Amino acid sequence: MERQQGTDRVKRGMAEMQKGGVIMDVVNAEQAKIAEAAGAVAVMALERVPSDIRRDGGVARMADPLITEEVLGAVSIPVMAKCRIGHIVEARVLESMGVDFIDESEVLTPADEQYHLLKSEFTVPFVCGARDLGEAARRIAEGAAMIRTKGEPGTGNVVEAVRHMRQIQAQLKQILHVSPDELMTFAKEWGAPYEVLRDIRTQGRLPVVNFAAGGVATPADAALMMHLGADGVFVGSGIFKSEHPERVARAIVEAVTYKDDFERIASLSKGLGTAMKGIDVTSMPFEERMATRGW
Amino acid sequence: MVIGILDVQGAVREHRQQLEGLGVDVVLVKQVSDLDGLDGLVLPGGESTAMRRLIERYELLEPLREKAATLPMFGTCAGMILLATAVEAGQSHLNAISMTVRRNAFGRQIDSFEGLLPVEGIEEPIEAVFIRAPLILSVGEGTRVIAKVEEQIVAVETSLHLACSFHPELTEDNRLHQYFLQKIKQRQSVRS
Repeated sequence: MERQQGTDRVKRGMAEMQKGGVIMDVVNAEQAKIAEAAGAVAVMALERVPSDIRRDGGVARMADPLITEEVLGAVSIPVMAKCRIGHIVEARVLESMGVDFIDESEVLTPADEQYHLLKSEFTVPFVCGARDLGEAARRIAEGAAMIRTKGEPGTGNVVEAVRHMRQIQAQLKQILHVSPDELMTFAKEWGAPYEVLRDIRTQGRLPVVNFAAGGVATPADAALMMHLGADGVFVGSGIFKSEHPERVARAIVEAVTYKDDFERIASLSKGLGTAMKGIDVTSMPFEERMATRGW
Repeated sequence: MVIGILDVQGAVREHRQQLEGLGVDVVLVKQVSDLDGLDGLVLPGGESTAMRRLIERYELLEPLREKAATLPMFGTCAGMILLATAVEAGQSHLNAISMTVRRNAFGRQIDSFEGLLPVEGIEEPIEAVFIRAPLILSVGEGTRVIAKVEEQIVAVETSLHLACSFHPELTEDNRLHQYFLQKIKQRQSVRS
């Protein structure tokens, strides 16, 4: 049998396997093991979680390979890692280390303010953030195998993730109902590659999975994002910045699986301790927002 | 015919599309009561570690083990791992198919691949997508090998169950799902 590696189907299929699951930010082997034990479908290896990146300021880069390696060795679930937007070499380094998925992420300081990575040239699959369907379509055309809302990472405030998910879902509905001769105009207005919009119409959905990310802090937040049409959820600072990370991690996983069972969500949300404090996004200066990074 | 799909996590939608395309009714199985009245059950691809923890925590493990004695099951990738009697360097789950499996046997995601795979009992090779795929190291009595990649076992069946280490649900090729439904029908006609 002739093996074909790094095809769209192999990359997008990898993301399909994560559906209905929770992907958790971790900064060391111990946290990775807690995440795996809680039922996470993957972990994101980082040097600092977004809320610490906000607090510390300065330039946020790809994690020290020692940390990534430590996490790779600690768990059997897939390991993801973040590179800066447009940083070809960080991405290649992560690929060479055997990372299972790369997040070209606005959480880190962009290396290139004009160009994103040409992700189709890599064997490893990529996930990218998006605020609307045009942005999602541009990333898909560059080769992203998975999309997530940008939200506003490290705030513990779900409002931006909700805004982005609502926006993408509304535009998807619109595209599915316009007539074919109107499609090019939407492509122009949204800055969305025509071919991707055509694929969406043919398949009746986004051609890749779409997760929620950026500000999910509680089990109810996670279930909310599933109700709004997310295929799964990324949780960053929300778990290991909470009072009882193990319990919060388990509760968020369970809330995603049983998003419609509200009695269950009530019971699993009891006594979880203080969630991360959080930031009111409207009070944040524009230049501190991460969602505006990338285009 | 009514086929259930274990719905704790993973490629549930794709299996559903394949099965509905073949004209069967689909039930999503999230709790024990959903297992009643099924003619077969699909265990989809996903993350096997996560799926195991979830079915245990949601109290589905024992009921699934009991059902596996009589209910035909079809496991793909993570679902195949759930069906095995032995998992290398780990615990077994449903103990439904006599075989030993190795998780992530082909390497990490960059080693994942697709190709055309000949399967015994199906005429032309089928499209097979292997994603961080497991492998069957050995099979016990009553387990028949139906496909190999370079001498390594990637699909098996018993009189009741079917399992493969790849993802037929990620392709348009529904012949392995057809094969599973055919197995169920044959069994039902012999018994009636």
